[in-house]
Amino acid sequence: MRRYVIFTNGLLVLSACLLIPGMSTLAQSDLTGFWVGLYHEDAPERLPGPQFGDYLELPLNEAGRMRADSYDPNRISAVQEFQCRPHGGDYSMRGLSVPLRIWEEYDPNTQQLIAVRTRTAWMEMERTIYMDGRAHPPEYAHHTWQGFSTGVWEGNMLSVTTTHLKPSYLRRNGVPRSAKATFTDHWVRHGNYLTVTTFIDDPVFLTEPLVRSSNWVFEPTMKMSPYSCEPATEMFVPEGTVPHYLPGQNPFNSEFSDLFGLPFEATRGGAETLYPEYRQEMGEIPTPPQCWRYCICTGLFNCPERPSPSPSTNGRTLE
Amino acid sequence: MIGGTGQPMNLQRVALASVMLVFLGLLNFTNAQENPNFDEVSIRVLPVRDNIYMLVGLGGNITVQVGENGVLVVDTQFAPLSEKIKATINDLAQSTSRYIIINTHVHLDHVGGNEALAQWAREHTGTAPQIIAHENVLVRVTAPPDENIPETQISPTAWPNAPYLTGFKDLYFNGEPIEILHQPEAHTDGDSMVFFRSSDVVSTGDIFTPGNYPVIDIARGGSVQGIINALNRLLRITVVEAFQEGGTKVIPGHGRLCEEADVVEYRNMITIIRDRVQNLINRGMSLQEVKNTRPTLDYDTEYGSDTGFWTTDMFIEAVYRSLSE
Repeated sequence: MRRYVIFTNGLLVLSACLLIPGMSTLAQSDLTGFWVGLYHEDAPERLPGPQFGDYLELPLNEAGRMRADSYDPNRISAVQEFQCRPHGGDYSMRGLSVPLRIWEEYDPNTQQLIAVRTRTAWMEMERTIYMDGRAHPPEYAHHTWQGFSTGVWEGNMLSVTTTHLKPSYLRRNGVPRSAKATFTDHWVRHGNYLTVTTFIDDPVFLTEPLVRSSNWVFEPTMKMSPYSCEPATEMFVPEGTVPHYLPGQNPFNSEFSDLFGLPFEATRGGAETLYPEYRQEMGEIPTPPQCWRYCICTGLFNCPERPSPSPSTNGRTLE
Repeated sequence: MIGGTGQPMNLQRVALASVMLVFLGLLNFTNAQENPNFDEVSIRVLPVRDNIYMLVGLGGNITVQVGENGVLVVDTQFAPLSEKIKATINDLAQSTSRYIIINTHVHLDHVGGNEALAQWAREHTGTAPQIIAHENVLVRVTAPPDENIPETQISPTAWPNAPYLTGFKDLYFNGEPIEILHQPEAHTDGDSMVFFRSSDVVSTGDIFTPGNYPVIDIARGGSVQGIINALNRLLRITVVEAFQEGGTKVIPGHGRLCEEADVVEYRNMITIIRDRVQNLINRGMSLQEVKNTRPTLDYDTEYGSDTGFWTTDMFIEAVYRSLSE
């Protein structure tokens, strides 16, 4: 009898050992295929583009705020090298990502997964997320727009760590993100929906991690076209011209707070403005009589800059 | 010389700082160390493209090009690291029949290994290697010895023996054309960029040091406008492959391997700071008043330092003096 129990227990242990690797695999999600971005979240910022002076939700430090204040949007025309600049890896999931294609690469000999790869049409942004356990390059290796990414599965969540980024932006109104920044992505599939939550650490411009999420819907029939971009002379300026505002001389800083009737200080960002307690400090905010911009912005083709003549549609009254 | 304050400029202080900077040669931008232990420094090799490598140790980056003609080295770091550098180059070399050393400028963290490498080359080839640098480097190292001016202490066997006097020098080595381009009044008055045309790689010297404010060695003829001019010239050389990425590789004087986009950010930074300081000078502010406005606040967390041999304070002072002259 004792021998029988030992034998049975041994079988159970053996079965468990055989099953565990399989269970681990089963817990992972299949992210491959075509995805279309959903823009209901932060649509005005992500589609028509952010307002000058809109630093809401950004845990900026003093340096980040000053750098953003000095930004003159003419720079992306005058500095030709900026014209065909893709988003940084931390922003590429936020901007126009239609469509997003995800596929996997396997070692042809061992059939082990080497990498998960992604590509979005705009500026042909491609990311490689190495899944083979390799180390990140040394600090003195070159940086890229999408950075160097490694990933691991944590249950059904793909967690990705990215380093070696070129300097870029946190928001397209001049809010900077440095080359010293790193970020972590968490990719989770819920049926036909994909959510990527990004935690950005930037010791240069942020006082705490910037957290934001982006969503996609599975669309297997999508096609992807090639994209091209060639810099051109958009402004006749002397070589080396870098448009910028001198400190304290940007006339557009308060445009955002004025337009939406927000306290100027609240629009300046900073970690203290991110949390619900800050509403107490803001006090009573008078409601603007009418919304004038991006009033029904919910998607790619539904984000008019100005309200239509009929106040009952786009120019809805807020009261 | 009168500055914006109406007070005599304290050039002595800037000169002393420059001497300290060069003499001690501790421009380790990534991890400033007061007393470096050279025994603990390893020479790391980063393949750049084709037969070109970036060597990282302590001090300036070294560029090595190897091939059937021999070995070409751009800058030689510190003398105490020479044995390790030689061993690394020996591992990379395809042929040791000829050696060429190019110095991008006169500072000891870039020329300190000249003597040892030249001696090594003589042992291999029986003749002294070419040591190429701009004429102004030769002028400085051959000045009467002065214990306060470290480059005057360099052995004659380490001096440039093939200086170029004009704006550029061409040579063909290991199967590719190489342009050595003088950039006047930038980091110093003797700066050279080395452009490997076939490999599409530029070695910049200290006119470009990503992650740190540029050292403007006014005592040796440097200027903020010269650095901006040099960076704009560098941007004319660099060509991206697509979507502002790839293409020309840029090996900076210190810091990580770069491309055009990194140079653009750096050029933008120093151009904006120049404009800010110039604006404050035009408003009649003294150096201290300019410092009080913190004109580099938004760049300090990325490029500045409160300690070490090139602080943010020294950088602002150098920009101010450079624009006030």
